Amino acid sequence: MKRLVFATIVVLILAVISTMVGVYDLQWGSIFNADDGDNQLVLLVSRVPRTIAIILTGMSMGVAGLIMQMLARNRFAGPGTSGTVESATLGLLTVLILAPGAPLMVKMIVASVFALAGTGLFLGVLSRIPLRSPLIVPLVGIMLGGVISSITNFFAYRYDLLQSLSVWTNGDFSRILRGRYELLWIAGILTVIAYFAADRFTVAGMGEEFTTNLGLDYRKVVFIGMVIVAMVTAVDVVTVGSIPFLGLIVPNIVSMIMGDNVRRSLPWVALFGAGFLLVSDTFGRLVRYPYEIPIGTVVGIVGSAIFLTLLLRRSARVG
Amino acid sequence: MVALAIVAIVAYMTLESRGMWEFVLPFRGRKIAAIIIVGYAIAVSTVLFQTITNNRILTPSIMGFDALYMLIQTIIVYLFGSSRLLMLDPQQRFAMEVFVMVVFSSALYFWLFVKAERSLHLLVLVGIIFGTMFRSITNFLQRLIDPNEFVVLQDAGFASFSAIDQTLLWVAAGVIVAISLVIIRMLPMFDVLTLGREMAIGLGVNYRRVITVTLVLVTALVSVSTALVGPITFFGLLVANLGYMLIGSAKHRWTIPAAALLAIIALVGGQTLLERVFSFNSTLSIIIEFFGGVMFIVLLIRGSVR
Repeated sequence: MKRLVFATIVVLILAVISTMVGVYDLQWGSIFNADDGDNQLVLLVSRVPRTIAIILTGMSMGVAGLIMQMLARNRFAGPGTSGTVESATLGLLTVLILAPGAPLMVKMIVASVFALAGTGLFLGVLSRIPLRSPLIVPLVGIMLGGVISSITNFFAYRYDLLQSLSVWTNGDFSRILRGRYELLWIAGILTVIAYFAADRFTVAGMGEEFTTNLGLDYRKVVFIGMVIVAMVTAVDVVTVGSIPFLGLIVPNIVSMIMGDNVRRSLPWVALFGAGFLLVSDTFGRLVRYPYEIPIGTVVGIVGSAIFLTLLLRRSARVG
Repeated sequence: MVALAIVAIVAYMTLESRGMWEFVLPFRGRKIAAIIIVGYAIAVSTVLFQTITNNRILTPSIMGFDALYMLIQTIIVYLFGSSRLLMLDPQQRFAMEVFVMVVFSSALYFWLFVKAERSLHLLVLVGIIFGTMFRSITNFLQRLIDPNEFVVLQDAGFASFSAIDQTLLWVAAGVIVAISLVIIRMLPMFDVLTLGREMAIGLGVNYRRVITVTLVLVTALVSVSTALVGPITFFGLLVANLGYMLIGSAKHRWTIPAAALLAIIALVGGQTLLERVFSFNSTLSIIIEFFGGVMFIVLLIRGSVR
């Protein structure tokens, strides 16, 4: 518990640093001075929403990855390696084509439904494959994602929407302003719900028979998990865009230290996800100051490097 | 199949061309030459790569070869600036790029394939992740490059079938012919390699050397096709596997031409259909991606069932 408090403080410090970074030079001394309008405006409209958005995204994506790994019973599953993110993007595109003026909420709901269907398809395909190698799970997921995004690309191309599409396929926090991120609170709420349902996911991670023996409805647990993963992914894709590998590497690193008890590791996953994303985002903003590099790119490099080390290390140990 | 390929080419050259033959023929001729070269390069490199890695799922582009090519392009522009890149004669530039590619990819893939026996799934996954990483780094560097130079890079990297540099085309054709000559001489060797590493060594093949040479050939072919049209991920997988199915023999004397012809038929035919019949443009690669991805999943599932 003590360590958890300590980690929370570290994340908070990172959050404060993140709000301080930016082109506009914030004067901390005059923040509460109502005469200095610009200062307050920048802080309240741009900086604070951005930091909150980063924290919420990091937490929710990490937790979604953790749940996904329990449901697929595989270390290398995650929203990005199961076709969920790509399905959400397809859903978003569908809304854009059929009802371009729809409010954000509608976009998010449609994207969630698509993400849910995509995740269901993925788990369905998995149940058809005799799992000889655990690595086949992320492979099938990535390929499924590729097929879905080729459909998305096809229609985006026909309706001349490729460019707006690229906005969602590469996560970026620079568009976050007050009024444009509030949907992310939904992801935050879902994360809290996930915490209360955590024990069920731990049990579900041990397999269908075991779950049923303990008197739990396996299908129901899986469905709840899928809904949480799909909605979180949809919210994140709609508001910030997809961030590769985030949902995969965060739970993996945590479970190396903490083991597989979801209730115990979930707060850590959430904190670590937020911290990791804060650091990456601050880095992306500083490296080419005053311009920025989108978070999707930064995490893409760091995340794939970490994923590779995880893969190769694991295989070296197994032999 | 030869006949089918010719039909596709003729159809492409003649359909819906009203008059102006002296314009249409060279214009479409250049396009079709590029398509043929690319199809051939992708098909041959895939078959050879699958032979040396001894499986039917891996392809150079799945392993991230073409992403690596883009990355090297970007690094060159980043380090030397676009003016240097433009001042270089395209042939020299191409030679240099291929050289760097070969060094990098050989190092990378020797480390992956030869050093330790690893599971196939691990390799594919590692390859895909490498691809993502290369693409992210490319993206990262492109953000650092200033916009004017980026335009040059974009031209270099994302040339499409309709805007192909003529000199590059000649270089590419030259490279392809040279490589083909080497391949013809090595054909029996490849057949022996399909028997597996131990068997091949037992039969007196200098394994390490043959693998190195083949890797060099494959990288050169991938560079040619990526330089001409940019990355097409699943195309190689598609045509190579269709080739194996059609031929039903593992002899490279048959599989290589079959795959190459299939590639040409698919690309030329697909392009003809899309351009002339449905009047779409350049969505061919997206459609290939779709079918290739589906085929990949099917191969994976069938492979793990067996």
